[in-house]
Amino acid sequence: MNTFYHIGRYLLFMKKVFKRPQKSSIFLNNVFFEIEKLGINSIMIVLIISVFMGAVITLQTAYNIELSFVPLYLVGLGTRDSMFLEFSSTIVALILAGKVGANIASEIGTMKIHEQIEALNMMGVNSESHLVLPKIIAAVLTFPLLTLFSMFIGILGGYLAVYFTNAVPIDDFVYGLHYYFIPFYITYSLIKVVIFAFIIATIPAYHAYYVQGGALEVGKASTKGVVYSSILILFFNVVITQILLS
Amino acid sequence: MIIAKNISKSFDDNHVLNDISLTCKKGETNLIIGESGSGKTVLLKSILGIHQIDKGQIIYGDDVFTDMNHKEKQKIRQEIGMVFQGGALFDSSTVFENIIFPLQMFSKMSKVEMHNRVRFCLERVNLHNVDDLYPSEISGGMQKRVAIARAVVLNPKYLFFDEPNSGLDPKTAIVIDNLIKELTIDFNTVTVINTHDMNSVAEIGDNIAFIYNGQKWWYGNKEEIMHTDNKELNDFVFATKLMRDLKK
Repeated sequence: MNTFYHIGRYLLFMKKVFKRPQKSSIFLNNVFFEIEKLGINSIMIVLIISVFMGAVITLQTAYNIELSFVPLYLVGLGTRDSMFLEFSSTIVALILAGKVGANIASEIGTMKIHEQIEALNMMGVNSESHLVLPKIIAAVLTFPLLTLFSMFIGILGGYLAVYFTNAVPIDDFVYGLHYYFIPFYITYSLIKVVIFAFIIATIPAYHAYYVQGGALEVGKASTKGVVYSSILILFFNVVITQILLS
Repeated sequence: MIIAKNISKSFDDNHVLNDISLTCKKGETNLIIGESGSGKTVLLKSILGIHQIDKGQIIYGDDVFTDMNHKEKQKIRQEIGMVFQGGALFDSSTVFENIIFPLQMFSKMSKVEMHNRVRFCLERVNLHNVDDLYPSEISGGMQKRVAIARAVVLNPKYLFFDEPNSGLDPKTAIVIDNLIKELTIDFNTVTVINTHDMNSVAEIGDNIAFIYNGQKWWYGNKEEIMHTDNKELNDFVFATKLMRDLKK
């Protein structure tokens, strides 16, 4: 029953979020502000994670190829496809669910307990749309770009790992990167990340918007937001993969 | 004028407001007083439409607020200025941005006009050189004054204050009380104040409604409250030794 209650309330919340913004100039300002806060400020963490992910995928694949008849270019191919299909979208989304999700939940939750949301409502502002819609648009616009960035950096990480460790010959690695490239994998990854971005922007916002109490409850709402958005990311990862790749 | 007619409100089996009628007059301060848990905050929030009432009517001027749809209520809300207990200033915005926000949202003023209006409101609440400071960088009394400036920036017809003096020292509280009184007269607003501060009652209580057990127990003004023989009201007003000594 509790699940249905939350689904229903979430849908009603979304209905209010997608109402037309009251003042387009303020709305646009908010979107740019959120793009900076949610997207640009996440570049560093995506860079760090991606470079190490790319490097470790490359090294693990290289060290696990023991059979002599397995071509070494598979290391490059494996790194590329792992980054494109899964790591740059799903893993980066999970990391962003922690960073951005917690940020959204704590911001909205704090506004809620300090009556700032009530103040917005009292002024006649649609607080749901005013606070959450710019975050959704910012996330949906910037997360795919972060994913593309992660793909590039991940492969660069793999290249650097090979370059410094000589785990496989560098030419084999580069050949593997080019071998049997399927451009749809990028499209698939971007479709996934748009849906993940929507989840990351809305689930923590929903939990924070209805928080009641004090700082402890804001912390709980933040945790719930991150946990539920992570679970939904993993769930939709399976669903979208089945739909798009089967 | 704001009229609340026979309003009742329950939360599950808990009857918080019981058939309360109240008239809040224009150009005067209308105080709602009562013990903690008496229902005064619920009454204020019901008048504001934050709580949906179970029974009764709320009328703003000639408009029946309780019969309005969401859009019509939003329009009335633009004529309401509200000062919350904690100020409810936006943490991530400066003092200036906090005050200009309602103008940017709802007015058709030019940028220069907006800036002039903000400056006027800041002057009116006696705040200087705080434009670029964030709420966390100013004192509690200053935060209250910024909240008041934000509440009056759109030239509202109705002003609401929830515990305007909570957390303030007595001297600052008097300054805030006098400011509220001056604004009420200057802007000719219907001002509704939810308080349990007896200094406010004695200072600015033009009309006072005492809420007891979810009912309007007593109604009068600051002179009448000092000489009432209503037991529950006397227990509340003269709860401290200082007040009892003053009465004697």
